[in-house]
Amino acid sequence: MIALLLRDLRLAVRAGGGFGLGLAFFLIVTVLIPFGVGPETGLLSRIAPGVLWIGALLACLLSLDRIFALDWEDGSLDLLATAPLPMEGIVTIKALAHWITTGLPLVLAAPALGVLLSLPPSGYLWVLVSLALGTPALSVIGTFGAALTVGLKRGGLLLSILVLPLYVPTLIFGAEVARRGAEGLAVQTPLLMLAGISFGTLALLPFASAAVLRINLR
Amino acid sequence: MTPDLGKYAFAVLASYGVSLGLIIALVALSLRRARRTRAELEKIEERVKRHG
Amino acid sequence: MSIWEYANPVKFIRTTDRILPWVSVAAVLCLVTGLVWGYFFTPDDYRQGSTVKIIYLHVPAALMAINAWIMMLVTSLIWIIRRHHVSALAARAAAPVGATFTVIALATGALWGQPMWGTWWAWDPRLTSFLILFLFYLGYMALWSAIENDDTAADLTSILCLVGSVFALLSRYAVLFWNQGLHQGASLSLDKEENVADVFWYPLLVCIAGFVLLFVALVFLRTQTEIRARRSRALLAREGRT
Repeated sequence: MIALLLRDLRLAVRAGGGFGLGLAFFLIVTVLIPFGVGPETGLLSRIAPGVLWIGALLACLLSLDRIFALDWEDGSLDLLATAPLPMEGIVTIKALAHWITTGLPLVLAAPALGVLLSLPPSGYLWVLVSLALGTPALSVIGTFGAALTVGLKRGGLLLSILVLPLYVPTLIFGAEVARRGAEGLAVQTPLLMLAGISFGTLALLPFASAAVLRINLR
Repeated sequence: MTPDLGKYAFAVLASYGVSLGLIIALVALSLRRARRTRAELEKIEERVKRHG
Repeated sequence: MSIWEYANPVKFIRTTDRILPWVSVAAVLCLVTGLVWGYFFTPDDYRQGSTVKIIYLHVPAALMAINAWIMMLVTSLIWIIRRHHVSALAARAAAPVGATFTVIALATGALWGQPMWGTWWAWDPRLTSFLILFLFYLGYMALWSAIENDDTAADLTSILCLVGSVFALLSRYAVLFWNQGLHQGASLSLDKEENVADVFWYPLLVCIAGFVLLFVALVFLRTQTEIRARRSRALLAREGRT
């Protein structure tokens, strides 16, 4: 399992798309928002937590179709399926690799981008915490979507239609934590809910993804 | 006979219009597709039978 | 004699062919009676004025939009567990009907909200949940139409339906938490004293019956269509091979 994780990470680094593309996209979205809504500091600092969350979510979405696509094309996915590793394990590792290459850089970059949006000082910690807790859920849910659309020629658009509604609860609680944190309110309830969603999806969704992948490889 | 809808006439009429329109469109599409697939299946079954 | 007999496509088509005319006639009768009754022969509400007439479309459509998803969930489960093709095809047949009802509920809600709440749309929990439900319907139908192999499509959409149901419920609670709403509580429940007044209640019941029957008739018809289309594809495939 660790070998598979290392292989995925190495491939992502070598292909160059993994780290860079998602981050660049995140940066561009955050830069475009003030152009759209105006440079007024008060407004920006109020919407900053939400914008950071939406940006991270979209950047995450962007790289989802790469989770299985390359392995599907060169047939290594079939090899993995016949390997002694259980399919659930493969799926979890894939999600983990996606999180390390996409989610983690987004989490670390978010405070820096918060400066651009004049995020209030009390918000940095909670943006960081909520993203760190929420992005694993985004990766796991995204892996499910990627498994659903793996064999399809033009799966990209379908993938976003399938995955975005599933992102709703994570986004709501995640952005709520960040918003309340920025405004200095109590964050405990949404934080617990967010953690619940993350751990729940992490525990249960790999089974669904594995089932879907088995069907697609049939 | 026709009820006086008062100042809300637009809202009420538009609701009925939109809903009935959508329902009728859905029924019409379902019926058309049902007829087409039925005809197509009969044609194919006929051909399969003839060729044995 | 058990319900599983109807898992045989031929039997299903024969039986539904016999029932379908009756259900359709009953649906049209109920809908016409209920809507005409509601539209022409009920008084205006003292607060809502004539907009109260929208209830005869809004409530049944919303009810059936949710019930259609539940029916899809049940048929998907039956497909996963017992692998009856009719079940999977029935889920496929129900999705566009459910989506249409969702649109009706949203559109009539917006038209009613404009004069009553002074806005077409508010990010109220109920409205938002319905919008999310509509997105789930869209994704479900898109996945069905994207996959060519029938069995694979049935498997994948069933799993999507299961996972989607869980997330739809989660979203429902998330949305409740996120914004307290201005939507009134349930307009009909069996155990509550405080209900819609009888004048509005009886035509509403007839309308609900009409929508249920309409849903059943459409699902029967569309399932038949799906069975036939599938058989055509199978025959064509066999022809191509020989």
